[in-house]
Amino acid sequence: MNRGLSTAWAKPVTLTLGLLPFVWLVYAAFADQLGANPQEALVRATGDWTLRMLCLVLAVTPLRVMSGLTALARLRRMVGLFVYFYVCLHLLAYSWFDMGLVVEDIANDIAKRPFILVGFLAFVLLTPLAATSFNRAIRALGARRWQALHRLVYAVAGLALLHFFWMRAGKRNFAEVAVYAAIIGTLLGWRIWKYSSKKRL
Amino acid sequence: LNTKASTVDGANTMEKPTAYKDASTYNNYYEFGTDKADPAVNAHTLKTSPWTVEIEGMVKKPGKWALEDLLKLSPMEERIYRLRCVEGWSMVIPWVGYSLGELIKKVEPLGSAKFVEFVTLADPKTMPFVGSRILDWPYVEGLRLDEAMHPLTLLSFGMYGEVLPKQNGAPVRLVVPWKYGFKSGKSIVKIRFTDKAPATAWNKAAANEYGFYSNVNPNVDHPRWSQATERRIGEDGLFAKKRKTLMFNGYEAQVGQLYAGMDLKKFY
Repeated sequence: MNRGLSTAWAKPVTLTLGLLPFVWLVYAAFADQLGANPQEALVRATGDWTLRMLCLVLAVTPLRVMSGLTALARLRRMVGLFVYFYVCLHLLAYSWFDMGLVVEDIANDIAKRPFILVGFLAFVLLTPLAATSFNRAIRALGARRWQALHRLVYAVAGLALLHFFWMRAGKRNFAEVAVYAAIIGTLLGWRIWKYSSKKRL
Repeated sequence: LNTKASTVDGANTMEKPTAYKDASTYNNYYEFGTDKADPAVNAHTLKTSPWTVEIEGMVKKPGKWALEDLLKLSPMEERIYRLRCVEGWSMVIPWVGYSLGELIKKVEPLGSAKFVEFVTLADPKTMPFVGSRILDWPYVEGLRLDEAMHPLTLLSFGMYGEVLPKQNGAPVRLVVPWKYGFKSGKSIVKIRFTDKAPATAWNKAAANEYGFYSNVNPNVDHPRWSQATERRIGEDGLFAKKRKTLMFNGYEAQVGQLYAGMDLKKFY
């Protein structure tokens, strides 16, 4: 398994899998497969995929440690960049379909609505992470500072969950929110447990 | 369904009706699921016959009306109404029915009656989501008596010339075109006349978001999104611009006087 993940194939396969939702959405939009309100479907689907990629990227380290599949670490950056890829699409879909790409309307909406503000903040916090996700940036920052910066992803996870919760609160539809909260809670909880048990040793 | 043209002012918008497929597959009917596509998939279990609507409360003639008798109460009219959902989308739907006022006149409300409460079916055996905690079932809606008596307020039995699809609220529902869609209760089983404003389903769930009146109003935003614009379902492809939402959903000339002097920011 470790050897499989280390092959030259692992990255192209991850790239292909990560792009599949995007390819499907583009196809579905042009083939009229998104139902009566395709704009809403696109805004929601890109948000869903951002959350899913976020869960995946947060799962890499726990999986690596528990399974000993050290080669998983090689794929983490790509999954992280997929979080950013889908959040950019999500922001674009919202800006275009809901706001007609009117910058003033978008700015007003962000300022006026906590639920939009929280989502936008998550996007803003992700931006420096995406921008420093190449080797030269790691060297320039130094590993320690780079790692500290990239811990922002935990805050992003919290903000993303709050954004999703607030969105669904309008219709009191919390079943899916609870699923994502349980997954992210487990993945972050594992880190706290790991950290505190290390301290005791 | 046999219909005659409606002579009620404002009852026939010239706008292009939404495709039947969209109107019958993109629904909010939480008793059958929270996803818009769920009701069309799940509502086949709804049993619409026999069906009775009970009239109770402050009326001279309370009692049970069989659906067959309701269908014969007044001539069926086709009314092409705009439908504006609180979520920010809209449709144009040719409904079939008659003014609710026709029924109200028959049952003779007492002078003390000021409000009308509409209770809809909540049958856990045929409605899979009635057990969920999303809302306090049954779904209850309400109108002021003068709103209920307004000729545009429609008791509807059909759409697009046919009997209502189950996911659209068969066999009998309300359509109040100048209010957000959720004010128009589906699959009605009880109409109650009262002197107090009824506790309505969404108002009980989130009072700061869904008021009793819930008139379509581009100037009063929902706490989490703007109500200034709306997306007309099925209009002009993916990159169509949203259209401006009209005061009282474009029915201001007909219903504006019902709210004369009221602060619509307060009574949202």
